[in-house]
Amino acid sequence: MSVAMSASDITRALTRISHEILERNNGSHSLTLLGIPTRGAHLALRIAGIIEGIEGAAVPVGTLDITLHRDDLRTRPPRPLMPTKIPRAGIESRSVVLVDDVLFSGRTIRAALDALGEIGRPKDVQLAVLVDRGHRELPIRADFVGKNLPTSRSQEVKVHLSEIDSLDEVLIEEGGTQ
Amino acid sequence: MKHLLSISDLSKSDALGLLDTATELARVSDGPMKKLPTLRGRTIVNLFAEDSTRTRISFEAAAKRLSADVINFSAKGSSVSKGESLKDTAQTLQAMGADAVIIRHGASGAPHRLAQSQWMTGSVINAGDGTHEHPSQALLDAFTIRKHLSHGENDLAGLHVAIVGDILHSRVARSNVLLLNLLGAQVTLVAPPTLLPVGVEHWDANISFEFDDVVGNVDAVMMLRVQQERMQELYFPNAREYSRYFGLNRDRLKKMKSHSIVMHPGPMNRGLEITADVADSARSVIVEQVSNGVSVRMAILYVLLAGAPIEMGSLL
Repeated sequence: MSVAMSASDITRALTRISHEILERNNGSHSLTLLGIPTRGAHLALRIAGIIEGIEGAAVPVGTLDITLHRDDLRTRPPRPLMPTKIPRAGIESRSVVLVDDVLFSGRTIRAALDALGEIGRPKDVQLAVLVDRGHRELPIRADFVGKNLPTSRSQEVKVHLSEIDSLDEVLIEEGGTQ
Repeated sequence: MKHLLSISDLSKSDALGLLDTATELARVSDGPMKKLPTLRGRTIVNLFAEDSTRTRISFEAAAKRLSADVINFSAKGSSVSKGESLKDTAQTLQAMGADAVIIRHGASGAPHRLAQSQWMTGSVINAGDGTHEHPSQALLDAFTIRKHLSHGENDLAGLHVAIVGDILHSRVARSNVLLLNLLGAQVTLVAPPTLLPVGVEHWDANISFEFDDVVGNVDAVMMLRVQQERMQELYFPNAREYSRYFGLNRDRLKKMKSHSIVMHPGPMNRGLEITADVADSARSVIVEQVSNGVSVRMAILYVLLAGAPIEMGSLL
């Protein structure tokens, strides 16, 4: 087990991602952040906080549960559904930034795009992730990446966030079966 | 969890998991796109050997919102009315590749028989068997009570629910007593002695013969339909006397606590167990129970059918 990102690495990465999001979208006026539960939702809140600190205006932030759209539902026991909270203004004609902790096969993001389609039609959809660990199985890439982590398939990447795990860190563990 | 046969098979966390799942799925029913791909390619059979409107169309709507294929099979107009046995019917459904059978049957225990037999491999969901149980109704009632009265609490601790009327013939009452107790609520049954089942003193509920003593002390009043089609004998002198002692009317509604709600599983006998003005009053959540029923049944189908099969107790 090795530490891939420390607490301060994570803070710096999120700050940079926040600036990149603002740069790409010419400010925050058309932005809506949607985090994918569990940890993506916390990351989205943190990015929204940083953006508000920079721009001085609040950004609509919500959560998007993708469980019902997964393509591997039948291979595992039923999963509990997580809350989906769409900001009051909706996503119609907004620039939606999906936020997740780890980008791996890309299947979660495919499911998220399907889930979004059920809620409305955004102007565009972007993707921000804390860690991109490679091994994509679908033609999906992230627009904003905290850290590219070369991994082998047998390794497991664990993101811990202080909101639920008591501290901030990204770990690489050997011998996972992912 | 493979089958849903009885509330007594559920743990408290199973039940709360189903209610939480229903809460999330209710969002779909409120949204612009009432359709999810989750059960695409699954076949669900509605096997109704007894009349039903609400439960059947509610399960059908729930299955369709999750993109399952639904086959409706009612005893009338099928070979069941020609005397086909449950076994042969089940084997026919198995041959058609049914992933789940939602069964309503006049015989208590029919869903259990279907689930324990080797006649078919799919999930069995009890949609009401005789005078035994109606678990999906109890779950939607608990969902409705939680939504109105729990103040953000997860379970129903501290709430008091009166179930009033024809307890004897009511599978809804039996399932509700089990589930409400499981979730921490207190239950009082109100009925004439003739409409209480044998052994009711062993149920986890208070019993009262005086509706007026109870109506002011409870958070929810659940009225039951007087099931005249199951009454071959005389259980009360006449309808007017019944509704005077055990019916919910405007005077009793006034005695209820200000936050309390009026429930009825339907179909109602307006004028018998409930007066029309009470059924249509602002306190009544009877219509909302129907829409909650779709969300709760979506949750049942999701939990039973969406994932790989798992053992009881590890639900959610």
